[in-house]
Amino acid sequence: MIETLQQASSYAADIDGLIILVAVLTGFWFFVAQGVFFWLIFRYRAKPGKKSKYVTGREQHLTRWISFPHGLVLVCDVFIIVASVNVWYDVKQRLPEADRVVRITGQQWAWTFQHPGSDGELDTDDDVYAVDELHVEVDKTYHFHLEARDVMHSFSVPVFRLKQDAIPGRSIMGWFRPTLIGEFDVQCAEICGIGHGVMAARIFITDEAQHAAWVTQNTPNR
Amino acid sequence: MSAKPIATTRSATGIPTGRLAVWWLLASEVVIFGGLLGSYIMHRVGHPEWAEAAAHTQVWFGAFNTLVLLTSSFTAVLAHQAAESGQGKKAAKFLVMTMGGALTFLLVKSIEWTIEISHGYTITTNTFWSFYYTAAGLHGLHVIAGAIIMGFIAVDAWRGRELQRVELIGIYWHFVDLVWIFLFPLLYIAK
Amino acid sequence: MVEATVEVWHAQHEVHEHHGPQGVLKYLWSTDHKVISMQYLFTGMFMAVVGGFMAYVFRMQLAFPGSSVPGFGIVSPGEYNSLVTNHGSIMIFWVAMPVLIAAFGNFLIPLMIGADDMVFPRINRLSFQVFFISALVILGSLFVEGGGFGGAWTAYPPLSAKGVYNQTPLGATLWLIGVALEFVAFLLGGINFITTLMNARAPGMKAYDIPMVCWMIVIASILFMLSVGPLIAGAVMLLFDQTLGTGFYDPAMGGDPVLWQHLFWFFGHPEVYVVMLPAIGITIDIVATFARKKLFGYKLMLYTTVATGVLSFFVWAHHQFISGIDPRMANVFMVTTLLISVPIAELMFVIIATLYGGSIRLATPMLWALAFIAEFLIGGVTGIFLGASGADIYFHDTYFVLAHFHYTFFPIAIIGTFAALTYWFPKMFGKMMSDKLGKIHFWGTIIPFNFIFIPLFVLGMGGQHRRIYNYQHFPDLAGADFQRLRIIATVALLVMLAFQLVFFYNFIRSLLRGEKAPKNPWNANTLEWTTESPPPHGNWPPDQMPKVYRGPYEYGRPDRESDFWPQDEPA
Repeated sequence: MIETLQQASSYAADIDGLIILVAVLTGFWFFVAQGVFFWLIFRYRAKPGKKSKYVTGREQHLTRWISFPHGLVLVCDVFIIVASVNVWYDVKQRLPEADRVVRITGQQWAWTFQHPGSDGELDTDDDVYAVDELHVEVDKTYHFHLEARDVMHSFSVPVFRLKQDAIPGRSIMGWFRPTLIGEFDVQCAEICGIGHGVMAARIFITDEAQHAAWVTQNTPNR
Repeated sequence: MSAKPIATTRSATGIPTGRLAVWWLLASEVVIFGGLLGSYIMHRVGHPEWAEAAAHTQVWFGAFNTLVLLTSSFTAVLAHQAAESGQGKKAAKFLVMTMGGALTFLLVKSIEWTIEISHGYTITTNTFWSFYYTAAGLHGLHVIAGAIIMGFIAVDAWRGRELQRVELIGIYWHFVDLVWIFLFPLLYIAK
Repeated sequence: MVEATVEVWHAQHEVHEHHGPQGVLKYLWSTDHKVISMQYLFTGMFMAVVGGFMAYVFRMQLAFPGSSVPGFGIVSPGEYNSLVTNHGSIMIFWVAMPVLIAAFGNFLIPLMIGADDMVFPRINRLSFQVFFISALVILGSLFVEGGGFGGAWTAYPPLSAKGVYNQTPLGATLWLIGVALEFVAFLLGGINFITTLMNARAPGMKAYDIPMVCWMIVIASILFMLSVGPLIAGAVMLLFDQTLGTGFYDPAMGGDPVLWQHLFWFFGHPEVYVVMLPAIGITIDIVATFARKKLFGYKLMLYTTVATGVLSFFVWAHHQFISGIDPRMANVFMVTTLLISVPIAELMFVIIATLYGGSIRLATPMLWALAFIAEFLIGGVTGIFLGASGADIYFHDTYFVLAHFHYTFFPIAIIGTFAALTYWFPKMFGKMMSDKLGKIHFWGTIIPFNFIFIPLFVLGMGGQHRRIYNYQHFPDLAGADFQRLRIIATVALLVMLAFQLVFFYNFIRSLLRGEKAPKNPWNANTLEWTTESPPPHGNWPPDQMPKVYRGPYEYGRPDRESDFWPQDEPA
């Protein structure tokens, strides 16, 4: 069967935790509701000579069966809201201090990743541009600047659990911190034309030394 | 063609069915124009430079047209009054006056747009002008449609038939007027 | 003098003339609500075959990428995009809405409130004519140069605004016009639903005596009308961007692509309730009839439905959490989205509670109604994962979303339709359907349905994104275990499609050679069962229009021998 998708960012576990919380709470309600539902069908199936009950819906002892679960659902929702606010704040609202930076540009139909060269700064002569390849260092906090050249695209790294739409005319900032060395898929998560399905990119997470070597090898000669 | 259904003669709520229908129609139009004007306002707030473009609208033409529409709403009210007292021919006359107001409005608008286009302000000039022509154009289409329907109702009214429809087209006409009352300041005056 | 003669002529004809046009003209020109409902029904069913065929093609491509699909050929990336775009658009706008709202609304509302027709029959006819043209436009769009629109049913600009981006410029404009015409058709139709329900009720029928399905269809119409306006404005703007070169959604010209998203989803979210409400109404009425039970809480159902409808206007941006909206706004929409689960959950609980104390007969319509509840529950709970914004960061645009909305839409559009068709077929066509074939069709639909979409949940959890024609391009998704899931889903779809033949066979055979249907084969209370099957033009003889003495769900009364009490029986 499919292995659980690896967690390769500092917030992947938090997002997975939220997913599990929702799964537990909704799973509970799901099984209770289905259970009651199928039990009622079985228990009250038509039997010869047995007439149905006349229930007006105002009987207190019966409406309690609705109002109590109703309240409990609300309580569960509050738990989920609190958990989600926390995760959302961490990933989307705050911007921890950056160790590194990268610019990501989506276009029909490829990703261009602009890595700063050894000077650590974007938009200087030694920047390393790569098409459909993003190279990052493990355990470093990255800020990304996400842009689109033509239509809407969306930068998605499933192992990070990260996704952000890219809008033409804007540069959107976000952050991630890789925590696992390896090579993983990057997908475009917003239909962008006939090449949407070939906008596959790869992210290469390496240690500091390997990354430096890659930068040196790929720095353009000036 | 079959006769009117019995259903049409009933009124469980006490409100005439035709009036319910017109209110439904107006509600749907309010959300359409509301969406358009809401989008315009959002854009406008984010683009202060549009004030410069808006300065080139023909405010006096717009103001005159506002007066024309308000007057035509007044004649629509007079038509309704006449219809209420069963005076079909009088109602028809007032409806025709209202249609005259519509025609005047459209004529003035054509002149206005001709001036603006000849000065180089077309629907693609910039997004302010795109909104301007779209909003005013959509409103104009409603004026035309309303005037045409009004014509049919006026013919019926002249013959003393379906007088209850005079009120209904009047309600619609007030709405068309109201949309313009919003459009005028938003498009012409707001700086 | 001439006018007086005309008056007399009219009076005579109003008494005697109670038949519509005859022959072929009947179908082109009739204003009878029952004929119009059939027109909507059959158009919708035809479009369902078209939409289903599209699903067949793209699922074959996904299971066997690059292979030639029997009946279609090789699927190019552009064609794939057109297929998924039009599948979605057709299923929502040309199947779910016309069948659930227009067909059943038109058929049932006058009959269930004891009226002889809708109050504006000519506007009703016009609404179908506009709808029919919209169907021709969308079908036509598939055959123009460049092919059908390929920018997804959500049509986000700039992709949808410029032909150079979407490569389907003609298809894109025709798609937009088709959708706009469909909107106009339903606005016109809505005029009739609400005015007829409010005003044309039989004497004695108070508001709380109205069958739930009628309420649901009317509330759905209201939701539709209130939410579609901004999108109509947005569609006009998109049309101008496509054809005139305006820049409403073009950042280079001062426009904003995200504006479309707001206008679209402000409609898009209430729209899902627009289709859900009629299906729930159908389920409720069938459950009451076959459990022989008064509704557990009629007013509660009505109020939670209205609450859901109102709340549905405040959740739309949960479709846009990661789209670049202000992240602080996401919290607001996340809260409203999770809160809307409360009235919906309550509604489901109340429907389930109606089974308590019942005498449940598992005839085919009841099987469908119960299946609606069981399957919709899955759709509902999986929505919570998406409403929690933190989790949505991961799930957005994956197959998890797709599986979630198929677990809501399929119960709504397909299960709801089969429930209604098997229940009201006797009244509509005057014949009984085979219950045995009905059950075979039922199981042959429901079981494969789950085998299509549970694998898709798993694929979504594994990070598979939507609207991609070939996952072999993605090393993390190209593995054999993933592909096996895709094949299972496709094979299940093929099985499910095959079983639909059983339905068509049952439908046609019953029409031609079915047992003649009595007035009230299900011993139900509502007014449509008091007239002939099928009802004549005018529904009842003009001097025998029903009067109402009680609510629609007086089943199982202890003070009566019979376990049902029709609404029109005097006390």
